[in-house]
Order: sequence, then structure tokens, then C-alpha cells
Amino acid sequence: MGILQEFLQQMVNGLALGSIYALIALGYTMVYGIVQLINFAHGDILMLGAFAGFFVLIAAPVTPLTFIVAFLVAMLVCALIGIIIERTCYKPLRSAPRINALITAIGVSMFLENGARVVPQIGPNPRQYPTLPNVNYDFGGVGVSRIQAIVFLVSISLMVVLNYMVNHTKIGKAMRAVSHDRNAGSLMGINVNRVISFTFAVGSSLAAAAGILFASAYPQVEPYMGIMPGLKAFVAAVLGGIGSIPGAMIGGFIMGIAETLTKGFISSQLADAIAFGILIIILVVKPSGILGRNVSEKV
Amino acid sequence: MSNNRNRKIRIAAFSALGFIGMVGFIYWGIIDEYTAQILTFAAINVIIALSLNLISGFTGQLALGHAGFMAIGAYSTAALVMQLKAPILAAILTGGVITAVFGFLIGFPTLRMRGDYLAIVTLGFGEIIRVLMINAEKITGGAAGLKGIPSFSEDYTLNPVFSFIWVYLFMIGTIILINNLIKSSQGRAIVSIREDEIAANAMGINVFYYKMFSFTLSAFIAGIGGGLYALFFGYLNPTMFNFLKSVDFLVIVVLGGMGSIVGTIATGFILTYLQEFLRFLKDYRLVIYPLILIVIMLFKPAGLIGLLEDFKTWRRRRLAEGKGVLKAGERA
Repeated sequence: MGILQEFLQQMVNGLALGSIYALIALGYTMVYGIVQLINFAHGDILMLGAFAGFFVLIAAPVTPLTFIVAFLVAMLVCALIGIIIERTCYKPLRSAPRINALITAIGVSMFLENGARVVPQIGPNPRQYPTLPNVNYDFGGVGVSRIQAIVFLVSISLMVVLNYMVNHTKIGKAMRAVSHDRNAGSLMGINVNRVISFTFAVGSSLAAAAGILFASAYPQVEPYMGIMPGLKAFVAAVLGGIGSIPGAMIGGFIMGIAETLTKGFISSQLADAIAFGILIIILVVKPSGILGRNVSEKV
Repeated sequence: MSNNRNRKIRIAAFSALGFIGMVGFIYWGIIDEYTAQILTFAAINVIIALSLNLISGFTGQLALGHAGFMAIGAYSTAALVMQLKAPILAAILTGGVITAVFGFLIGFPTLRMRGDYLAIVTLGFGEIIRVLMINAEKITGGAAGLKGIPSFSEDYTLNPVFSFIWVYLFMIGTIILINNLIKSSQGRAIVSIREDEIAANAMGINVFYYKMFSFTLSAFIAGIGGGLYALFFGYLNPTMFNFLKSVDFLVIVVLGGMGSIVGTIATGFILTYLQEFLRFLKDYRLVIYPLILIVIMLFKPAGLIGLLEDFKTWRRRRLAEGKGVLKAGERA
């Protein structure tokens, strides 16, 4: 296999992985845009989504139809969990110092991970993820697996739907207004609490979809599976410009490709470290990210 | 003024007396070796928790990688003692300086930004350090761990006494250092950053400089704590310094009350002691700790010290009501 083919192969892998990161990064960026909080628990919602899908998929034979049902169930469950977490843990701290909300977010994250560990149905051990039988399509020496194609298509269609919702619907307009200026939005008759809850619901359901895709690609699930993709997706959100939706998509793809290229050409152990290297470089060179606006802090 | 001075002298005298007494008790075996070990281990936890309190409690910047700093301090000290045969004090202090350099390098790009980025960068840093420790087998012994680190004393029977003395002297030093720092003008600047970064900036405080100062000093102290940990346990393994270790310190700081030295010391001892006796909880501890963080942040962000203050006000009110100074319902 020539170096060009190897490179193209890693690009394909990178695009598939990157589209998952992009889905997760969207949740981070939307929540950050609207309440200025890094939702550390986002990666763990991904894990819960993967498990919700897991229970649907082991209950019935794996066909394309049950796969779709698994997606719907997982997204619905996680949307609910997202709303509950926001209402109980984050909402009371909206006016508290930022560090308090961050500590709470860390607490929620650890609670979900370790709570999942002690639930007997989930447990601490990794489990095989039931998924559709794999087929490899060959394009002149560059292989694309069926699961990669599914990952890519599902992610892109979800992003298209999200983009439509944010830019062309009433609730999307409300979300943009609240993220721009919460108080002014409230004065214009927007129910700010409902919009914030809705944002958490949307972000969490995207994470749930990403969770099923991630678990099918690797094929396994375990309670700590959300940590690393969560952190990398956060870096992707910062890279694209935190608060910017197209930025999160671009950042996700860049992170995915950077990771697979590192794995393919440098060292697989370094792949995790690369993410943080990228984060440090962005913070030094362009903290507002690729598409971020330069916002000076106000009193 | 002289009253305050007398009080300080009294506290110092009592602490010195207590310290000498404890050393005697351990030497003569009135305090058994196991209890002495817990007390020493608790003091190490207090040192590192105080360093975390400096950056998170006093400066208001959440750091989640103190286990990583501790690891750097521990492995550097171990390497200095084992491979260069450095004297203990020099090794511990050099370990602290090496850790401070790492702190400086991480803080420089991150602290220019708002607090949120520090949390995620230190979290990532803590994980990367662990991966590097597993791979740098020459210095760290890799995943199998590093065995045979010399103790504080070559005489096996005197070891508990010497560990206790070394660790407690460092703990007292840390307490005095942080206490005096917070009461100095630099300390006021640091606290003002926590209260309102923009206002502090407007008052002419170099916010970035003081954040860097606080973070680097915090890393230095955490590194020293790590060095003491290495010599105290005599064995190091990269898995000792995982994310949960960082969270252990965060729980100590948050439960005691962010920005309270007394609170951190008290909860440091209480939690270390409880951990020994609640081992049967195992996995449930990992569920209870995050719950503590959430509940404290939601209902009592000032922690146990805040509760104590509430209790004092309540009692003062009760006393005042009893004397008839205040009518029921009136504010104290």
C-alpha cells in the first residue's frame, strides 16, 4: 500500500471519527454559548446514550429498524437527563461565581460515571456493543466500512437538521437571542428558562447519537467511555471558536483527522496527547478559535 | 495589638508543645505505628489540599490536575534520592522546584484566559503526565511501579517518628507560608482576583501576574507534598496519581470551605481518617464524593466552616434572646 493510499485511508477514518467529535462538540458549544458553562458531564451523557441504545439493541435482533429505534430512544432519554441535570444542578447556580458551577459540573460528571459503575445492569466491565454486521467497501485500495458510512451519514444529517433548527425556526431564533443577551431576550418576551432547558435537551440528544455511533465504531461500552471523546470534543469546540456552531463542526473534523493521522504516521500512544497539544497551541495563538468572535469581557 | 500578639505566641507555644508531645508519644509507642501512619498521611494530604486551596479557593481558578503535580514531585524526589544520592531536604525542595517549572509552563498559556480553561487544561495535563510516567520506564519504573525508595530514616524502627517530624514540619511551614501570604498585600491582590477579576484589573492589579504567581506556588507546594509522599510510602505507581486523586483534594478543599485554611486542615484530617475506616464502601465512595461536591455547591458553598459560622451566629442570637437584649425574631 502506497503512502498516498495510507494517507487517504487515514483521512477517511479521520472524517468518520471527526464527525462524531463534531456532534459532541456541538453540545459543548451550544451550552457554552447560552450559559457560559463548560458542561463537564457532556461526555458522560454520551456514555448514558450509548447504554440506552445498548439496552434496546440487546432486547431485539439487530436490524436497521432496531438501530433507528435505539437512536430515538437514546436521544429521548438523554434529552430528559440533560433537562433534569440543568434544572436541578446548574440552574440554581446561574448567578453564583463561575467556579461553583464548574465544581458542580465536575461533580455531576463523576456522579454519572461512578453511578453507572455501581448499577448492576451496567457494571464496571467493558461490554461488546451489538451492531450491524460489517461490510467493507473498497475504493481503489481505500476501505470504507459500513459503520463508517453510517457514522458519517447520521452525523451529517443531524448537523443539517440542527443548522436548520437554529437558523430558520422560532425556537432557534430564541436560542440565538438568549445566547446574545439573556436579559434583553427575556425583555423581548422569550421564556429564557425554557430556551436554556431546550438547548440542554438538544445538546444531550446529539451526544446520545454520538454515543451510539462511537460505541458501534469501537464496538464496546463501559462507564468511563465518555471521558476521552468528551475532552477531545471540548478541544474541538475551542478550536472552532466556542459558542460558534459551524466552528464546532469544523473543529470536530480537524480533531478527528489530526488524531487518525497521528495514530497512522507518528505514534498511537501520542494520539491523546496531541489533543491537548492542540488546545495549548490555540490558547497561545488564537484563543477565540477559528470562527470565534473576539468578545471583550464586560462587567 | 498586643492582645493579638499574645494570642499568636500562645498558639505557637501550644502547637510546639503538641508537636513535641506527639513525637514523644510515637517514639514511646503510646500512639501505635498504624495511627502514626494515618496522621502522617493526613498531613501530606493537608499540604497538597492547601496548595489546591491557594489556587482554587483563594485565587478562584479551578485546577483539576494536582495529582499530576504531586506525581512530578514524587518521581523527581525519588529519582534524586535514588540515583543521585541527594540529601532528603535538597531532593524534596528540588522536586518542588521542578514541579513549579511545569506549573509555570502550563499556567503561562492558560491563565491569560478566564478560569474555565485552566480547569480543562489541568485535567488534560494530569492525564498526560500519567501516560508519560507509564512510558518513561527508566525514571519511573513504568506501569510496574518504582520500588525501594529510601525512607526518611535508615533505622527501620525510628521511621514512623522521622516521617512524622519531616512531614509535620513541612505542613506547619506550608500553613505559615499560605497564612502570611494571604494576609500580605500580594495576598489581598490574589483574593481580589477571585472576587472580581475586572474590578481588580481596574484597580491596577496585574491579574495575569498574580494568577501565575499563585499557580506556580501552588504547583511548588504540591510537588513538595508529592516528594514527601514518595519517601513516606517508599513505592510509586502511575495509577496512584489518577484523576480521582485530584478529586480527593478538591473534595477536601470544597468540604472544608474554599478559601479557608482551618477548614482545609480539619477536613484533610477527618477525610483521611474516614477513608481508612470506610474502605468497605469501595465503589460507593466514588458516588458519595461527587454528591458531596454537588450538595455543598448547591446549598452551602462556604463548606463546613460556613456551617460553623452559621452555628455561631445562631448561638449568639439565642444567648442574646435569653438575656432579653433581643426580642425573638429581631436580627442580631
